[in-house]
Amino acid sequence: MAKTTKAVSKEKKFSVRKLKEQYTAFKTDTQFANDRKRWSSNFKGFIIGLLKFLLIVGVSYVILGPVLGIISSSFFSNTDNYNPMVYMIPQDPTLERYSKAAQYLDYWKTVSNSLIYSVTLMLIQVFICSMVGYGFARYKFPLKNLLFACVVIMIVIPTHTIMLPLYMTFANFDVLGIISLIKGAPINILSTPIPVYIMTALGCGLRSGLYIYIFNQFFRGLPKEIEEAAFVDGAGTWYTYFRIMLVNAMPSVITVAIFSMVWQYNDTFYGKLFLISDDLIISKKVASLTANISNAEKIYDPSIQQLYLDAGIVLVMIPIVIIYVALQKYFIEGVERSGIVG
Amino acid sequence: MKKKKRKMTLTKKRAITGYLFIMPWLIGFLWFYARSLFMTVQFTLNVLEVRPGGGYTLTFAGLDNFLYAFRAHASFKQVLTTSVANMLIDVPLITFFSLFMALLLNKKFHGRTLVRAIFFLPVILNSEAITDAMDLARNMMSGGLSNAAAELAETAGSGGVSVEYYIQMFGSLGLPMGVIEYIMGAVARISEIINASGVQIIIFIAALQSIPGSMYEVAKIEGATGYETFWKVTFPMVMPHIITNVVYTVVDSFADSEVVDLAYDTAFTYNNYGLSSVMSLVSTVVTCLILVIVCRFIQKRAFYYN
Repeated sequence: MAKTTKAVSKEKKFSVRKLKEQYTAFKTDTQFANDRKRWSSNFKGFIIGLLKFLLIVGVSYVILGPVLGIISSSFFSNTDNYNPMVYMIPQDPTLERYSKAAQYLDYWKTVSNSLIYSVTLMLIQVFICSMVGYGFARYKFPLKNLLFACVVIMIVIPTHTIMLPLYMTFANFDVLGIISLIKGAPINILSTPIPVYIMTALGCGLRSGLYIYIFNQFFRGLPKEIEEAAFVDGAGTWYTYFRIMLVNAMPSVITVAIFSMVWQYNDTFYGKLFLISDDLIISKKVASLTANISNAEKIYDPSIQQLYLDAGIVLVMIPIVIIYVALQKYFIEGVERSGIVG
Repeated sequence: MKKKKRKMTLTKKRAITGYLFIMPWLIGFLWFYARSLFMTVQFTLNVLEVRPGGGYTLTFAGLDNFLYAFRAHASFKQVLTTSVANMLIDVPLITFFSLFMALLLNKKFHGRTLVRAIFFLPVILNSEAITDAMDLARNMMSGGLSNAAAELAETAGSGGVSVEYYIQMFGSLGLPMGVIEYIMGAVARISEIINASGVQIIIFIAALQSIPGSMYEVAKIEGATGYETFWKVTFPMVMPHIITNVVYTVVDSFADSEVVDLAYDTAFTYNNYGLSSVMSLVSTVVTCLILVIVCRFIQKRAFYYN
C-alpha cells in the first residue's frame, strides 16, 4: 500500500517535471499558440452567441407569450378554466367560444365591412399622401419650409388635442355655407364614416403626417433625371407623377399601404370620436363583446367572459396576421428602404 | 425683357403646380388642424354650452377653466404628472433597449427574418382591445397561479429568489438607491418597454445599415476594439436618429396616456368641454416643451455626418 503511494508520488513528481517541460515546449510553440488563440476566440464567440440566442428567445417570448396565452385560453372549456392544473394546453378543448364570439360579432359581415373600410381609406391615403409628399419633394414654392414644418407639427401634435373641435366641426358640418344654403342648417354627419373619409381625403387622416413625411423623403432620394427624361419625352406633370414617379416609389407605397391599412383596421380613436357604427369597425365592436355575451347568454363569471373575449380577439387578429405574414418581407425592408431614416 | 418674363412664368408655373400638388393637404390642414387648434385655445377661455338645435354658444370666462383644472379638479394634476413621469422614465429605456436590440438584429444569423417579424408584431397588434386583452393575458401568465405561489413562499419565508437580498447587495456596493429603483422599475415593466419599441428598433436597424462600411474598415485597420468602434463610430453615426426615435416615443406614449382618457371622459361623459380643452392643451404644451428640451439636449451632442 505504502509502496504504491510512493510510486505514485514519484510518478507524480516525474510527471510534474514532464509537464513543466511540456509547458515550456508549448509556450515556445507558435503553432500551438495560434491554435489556442483560435480555440479561445471560438469559445468566446460561442458564449456570446449563446447569450444572444437566449436574449432573443427571451424577448421573443415576452412578445409572443400573451398572444399564445390568448390563443390557448380561447380553446378552454369551463372545466379547464376552473381546473388549476391546466396551464396553456386545454384538456378538453372546445370551439364553443369561437362560435359564440363569431355569432355576437357577426363576424363575416363585420370583418368584411371593416376590411373594405380600411382598404378604401388606405387607397385614399396612399394617393393623397404620395401626391403631397411629391409636391413637397420636387417643387419650389413660397412658404415651402413653413408648410413643411406644419406637416411635422401634424406628426407631433397628438390628435386628442383637436378632438373636440373636430367633433364640433362634424356635428355641424358645413362647407363655406353651401350646405346651410341648400338645407337651411348645417348637417350632422357624425355616426357615419364620412368624417373619416373627408379627413383622409384632405390629407389629415390617421397618421397622414407621417406618411407624407415618408413619401417626401423617398421622392427626394429619387434621381431628378427620371423626371427630366419624362418631361423631354412629352409627359405632362400629372402623367409624370402618376405613371413614373409613383411606380418608382413602389417600396414606400407598399410600406405606407400596409401601415395605413393595419393601423386603420386597429384604430378605435376616430371610431369612438365620430361615433361610427360598430358594424364597420371590428376592433371597436370586440370591445363590447364581453358585455353583449354576458347579457345575452347570462354568463356572470368574469373569467368565463374573458374566454369569449379571447376568442373574439383571435378572430380580430386573424386578418391582420395573415396580411402581415404574407407581406412581412415588404414590411420591414420597406421601412428600411423607404427613408423614414432621413 | 420678354425673355425675363418667360423665365418668371416658368418658376411661377412650377410654384403653382407645387401648390396644386399639396392643395388637398393644405385645405385639410387649415380646416382641421389650424382651425381646431385655434378653437381649442378659444374653448379653454370660454364656457361652452351646446344649444339644443345644434351649434354652441361661448361665454367668455377668462382663465376660470385653467384655475379649475389646477386648483379644484380632483385628479388632473396627479394624472398629468404621472403621465409625464412615466413618459420621462420610459423614453431613455425604450431608446436604449431598441438601440441594443437593433445592434443584435443587424448582424446576420439564422432565422433573422423570423425574429424581426416577431419584434415587429406589437406594432401590428396595437389595437386598444387587443392590447387590453394582452395585458390581462400577461398578468394571468405571470400572475395567477405563480402569483399565489409567490405569496405562499413569502409567508412561509422559504424558497424563491429574495429580491430584497439583491437590492441590499447592490445598495451595499454603493449604487445609489434611485438607480436601483429605476432599474427595478424597468425590469418590472420590461414587457411594456419591449412592446413599445417595435418601430424604434426598425428605425435603428435602418440607421445602422446606412453607416458606410469603410468606417468600420478604417477603425479595424487602426486597431480599434469592438468597444471603441461602438462608441467612436456606431454611436455618433446613430445619434441623429436617436432624436427621431425620442420624438416618436414621446408622441406615441402620450397618445395613449391617461391624460387623453381623462380629457375624453371630461368632454364626452361630463360634457365639460372647456375643461377638457384645458387638459388637452396643457398636456400638449407639456409634451412639446419636453420634445423641444430633449431635442436641444441631444442635438448639442449629436454629430451630423453630412
